[in-house]
Amino acid sequence: MANDPIHQFVIEDIFTFGTIGGDGAADTGVTIAFTNSALFMVLTTGLIAAWLVLTTRGRGLVPNRWQLSSELMYEFVANMVRSNAGTEGMKFFPFVFSLFTFILIGNWFGMIPYFFTFTSHIIVTFALSMLVMAVVVIYGFVKNGPKFLKLFVPSGVPGYIVPIVTPIEVISFLSRPVSLSVRLFGNMLAGHITLKVFTGFVVSLGSLGAIGVAGAVLPLFMGVAITALELMVSTVQAYVFAVLTSMYLNDAIHPSH
Amino acid sequence: MMQAQAQEQEPVLDELTEPVESDVESIDESVDGETHTEVGADGSEHVTGVFPPFDATTFPSQLLWLAISFGALYLIMSRVALPRVADILEARRDRVEGDLAEADRLRQKTDNAIASYEAELAQARGKAHAIAEETRGQIKADLDSQRSKVEADLAKKVASAEDRISRTKAEALGHVDEIATDTVQALVAQLTGQISESTARDAVEKVTKE
Repeated sequence: MANDPIHQFVIEDIFTFGTIGGDGAADTGVTIAFTNSALFMVLTTGLIAAWLVLTTRGRGLVPNRWQLSSELMYEFVANMVRSNAGTEGMKFFPFVFSLFTFILIGNWFGMIPYFFTFTSHIIVTFALSMLVMAVVVIYGFVKNGPKFLKLFVPSGVPGYIVPIVTPIEVISFLSRPVSLSVRLFGNMLAGHITLKVFTGFVVSLGSLGAIGVAGAVLPLFMGVAITALELMVSTVQAYVFAVLTSMYLNDAIHPSH
Repeated sequence: MMQAQAQEQEPVLDELTEPVESDVESIDESVDGETHTEVGADGSEHVTGVFPPFDATTFPSQLLWLAISFGALYLIMSRVALPRVADILEARRDRVEGDLAEADRLRQKTDNAIASYEAELAQARGKAHAIAEETRGQIKADLDSQRSKVEADLAKKVASAEDRISRTKAEALGHVDEIATDTVQALVAQLTGQISESTARDAVEKVTKE
């Protein structure tokens, strides 16, 4: 059981608030609970908030190292938003910053043994990407009105190609939340399963005696290497999510390509 | 359990419905018991046999807490943290720009001071040059006038001296005849005897004219 690579993704209720709907019997209705997933979401928010708020408390003209870390993060995300969505996109800067840090710290938390990775659940990544899409669509229509639909008709395309291109554009737009969420979910899930399987080999082989211990060296090194790789993947996936969010927001701000 | 039910089912046909119900219940129980043993947990885990990320019974809780935590994060970031960082960066930029402007102003001032110093230096140098030039001219004029005076004086002296010399020379030359006359008279007197003075003079004149 300890080597079950899927067990790490199991949601456990820490305490429940009760059930909505259902007929009162067990396993009916919607149970609202504070789960291990929720715990790490709250921890992530708490860590980011503490980091940014506490390190900038001094408001130093010359920053200390901690304050500099907050400033670097700010500048990094600000440059990302500015280069992808323009100066106008900076009104979404807090949103992109929150997304990036939330996913980044959530992914990094997942790298700590026994910590739960909430980004390895499709519902979380899908909700975040639907949030992005909702912001894009709502802001796009509010700002541009019907002109937002120009997004589906690339400019400079001959009239007879429009009926072909537009459905492609629509499908590509609709598949955005799916690709956005599945990319993050899949990376985190696969990474954690791989890590668990390889490190599981170390334990299984190690229990087989001297030869087993010798054989366990290889998966141990693999485990170390995959841990490094996963740390990189965690960072890259958060970055990809934030960059794509910026680019989609750019579509809402400037719908005509 | 299953055996007991089978035994129960057998005897009375009228009570057929009841054993079926108990049968269903017991199957439920056995399924429940099996999952518990498989996971070996306290029953708070959501184990419905599906892959955990696709277990829809966990979705409402996850969505709720995602909304709460991400919403809180967004509020804290947009209201407190990010404006503060922006303030810090802006204050620093302002300060740096202010300092640069001040440095620029001071450099301008320095440049002006250097320029005015240079101008005054050039002016003073010109003045000094003019004064030197003037003094030199004055001295030269003074020198020239003195020299011309001295030269004139010398020329006068030379002229008077030459005049005196020529006069003396003429006078001396005038005396020559007289001496010659005396000499001739004396010579003739010694040689031949007395001659008159006028004769001697005539003779001398006659010789000197030749």
